[in-house]
Amino acid sequence: MRRIRRWVPLQRLREFSLVIILIIVVLIFGNQIDNYYTPRTFNRISSTVALITLVAVGQTMVVLTRNVDLSVGSVVGFTAYYVGRYVSKNEDMAPVMLAAMAMGIGAGMGLINGLLVAYGRIPAIVVTLGTMAIYRGVLVEYSDSKSVATRELPDWIKELPQESIFHYGEYELRALPAIALAAVIIFFFLLLYGSFGRRLYAIGSSPEAANLAGIRAPRMVTLAFTMCGAMAGLGGMLYLARFGTITVDAARGMELQVVAAVVVGGVNILGGSGTVLGAMLGAILIGTIEQSLIRMNINEFWKDALLGLCIIIAVSVDRILINQLTPWWSRTELQRMPEEPHAAV
Amino acid sequence: MQQSKRWAWLKSWEALMFIILCAVVIANLRLSEHYLDLNNLANIFHLSIEKSLVVLIMAFVIINGEIDLSVASVMGLSATVLAERYDAGWPIAAGFALALVVGMGCGLLNGLFAAYMGIPSLIVTLAGSIGYRGVARILLEDRSVGDFPNWFTSLGQDGIIGPFPLTIFVFIALFILGFVILQYSVFGRYVYAIGNNRAAAEYAGINAKQVKVTIFMASGLIAALAGAFYAARLGNVRANAAEGFELDIITIVLLGGVSIFGGTGTMIGVGLSLLVVLNLRNGMSLSNVDGNTQTSVIGLLLILSVLVPNLIQILQRLVPRLFTAMSRFLSKGGATEPKSQVSVHQ
Repeated sequence: MRRIRRWVPLQRLREFSLVIILIIVVLIFGNQIDNYYTPRTFNRISSTVALITLVAVGQTMVVLTRNVDLSVGSVVGFTAYYVGRYVSKNEDMAPVMLAAMAMGIGAGMGLINGLLVAYGRIPAIVVTLGTMAIYRGVLVEYSDSKSVATRELPDWIKELPQESIFHYGEYELRALPAIALAAVIIFFFLLLYGSFGRRLYAIGSSPEAANLAGIRAPRMVTLAFTMCGAMAGLGGMLYLARFGTITVDAARGMELQVVAAVVVGGVNILGGSGTVLGAMLGAILIGTIEQSLIRMNINEFWKDALLGLCIIIAVSVDRILINQLTPWWSRTELQRMPEEPHAAV
Repeated sequence: MQQSKRWAWLKSWEALMFIILCAVVIANLRLSEHYLDLNNLANIFHLSIEKSLVVLIMAFVIINGEIDLSVASVMGLSATVLAERYDAGWPIAAGFALALVVGMGCGLLNGLFAAYMGIPSLIVTLAGSIGYRGVARILLEDRSVGDFPNWFTSLGQDGIIGPFPLTIFVFIALFILGFVILQYSVFGRYVYAIGNNRAAAEYAGINAKQVKVTIFMASGLIAALAGAFYAARLGNVRANAAEGFELDIITIVLLGGVSIFGGTGTMIGVGLSLLVVLNLRNGMSLSNVDGNTQTSVIGLLLILSVLVPNLIQILQRLVPRLFTAMSRFLSKGGATEPKSQVSVHQ
């Protein structure tokens, strides 16, 4: 036990408790379902979780600054539709260019959100509730109520979700989860160790203190929203690859799934704490519960009720676990302190 | 001084909403000659009476500094319970009573988790909105239940005074009740006090947890009532009834000048914003605007209604500064003298 305490720093306690909950959940389902520990289960869960994770990474940055972006569902829907329409007309477009275009559109939409929040001084929930409706309306007008069909798309985008980047036995890391994982790793280190990330945490912890420390909060908040939009745009392209058929209702309601993943992942909705790793674990936890419930031989109509129950139990257990463990952990921290050389301030 | 005080109310949110309402009504009058038909006037309210009912209680929830995303699911669940019990042979009245109890139970659950466990209400009610909808799915699966007795559907559909159905009068009664409770009762003052500063309210001896649980329970109750009305109006219930209503409801409350951070806003403002949104939607429907586009126009209105006053404030600060800078620049003939800004204290 002492080793674990030394190995897991206090700041990572949240992720640690999530991993424990995740292991318990997997063990419970593994006990109930035959053939649960198979590559098929892993591949199915990882493909489902990838999309939510990618958008949750962007959402985490926004939530860290005490804001929230409810428009991500509409941004994903719009970029999926626009990119799908575009690529069906220009089939020889390079994949990288297409991804850049998707991220550019998303970033533009995020920039509008960010400018309104940071410089227009409107609460984020008001702005993004409004732009959620507006972006969806733009999509409806642009699409003229027509859908993008799978057969219009070039082959490479249809085959992208099946593409295997790396495999161990039959456990594959497919393209979508790989992209999401890359985003999580990049932003995990960028947020924890980069000056950009530290500023976001500072703004979320105490806007007044951040201001006194010379951080230009409006600029950083705008940047956070823009990056969130860009991630949602990339998510839109992956949504297109995964589902193929895009209607005007694409990704409607996705914002609630993303926010659920972020808050279950321990990112404080009041800003200032949490990591993208936590958000990913939250997405994995919800995805695992959801997919396992489908696998379990219960009535499919029970899925949502149990999912809601699981989320609330996970959040409650997480809170109790954190409340119990934090004092214990910080004692170890105090004991360890003299051993560590302090960096010059 | 006297003069400025007399006109101070013009700067209030309610005045802004009233001006917008007048503009919308005038535009509607010019758009269609059928706007003032008694039937159309009844329709304006009748077609979204369920949302309007829940808007009233949502104002309490948000002023109290919380949020309830589960109302739409509670509406769906209550309609489902009513229909399922009717299908199982219960009389409508018994099913109706059970639906209200279920709604209150959902509210109680939300309140306990949010107030006593200390989990942010955004998370609790997000999980609630998934879970309660799930219970509705368990009850009805993919069936659709209809064929309610005539007296029940006519309660929701037919006018009792002219073309105005009973539900509208229930709404008016609840609006007056909500107005009196929020603005003139001790409980209403508690709601504001907790929303403004929960710690201070608790130091002043207010039992914040109890107030919050009461409000969440009332929210569940009203949502359940609205769900039953929804069943009566449509005469047919599926498990996905009222899906997605929560965002419309919250939009109307925020447009009414209620701060998302709690503590400010009035019932009159919320009532006016409700009128603005309903009339705007009606006007756009009369001129055949698509439903999604209607929602985005209301989204735009929501943003502009906060943005424009903020911009005016910013401009009021910036313009004099620009003016002095310019006059200084002109009087000095282009040579601005560098002025030391460093004060001794720093």
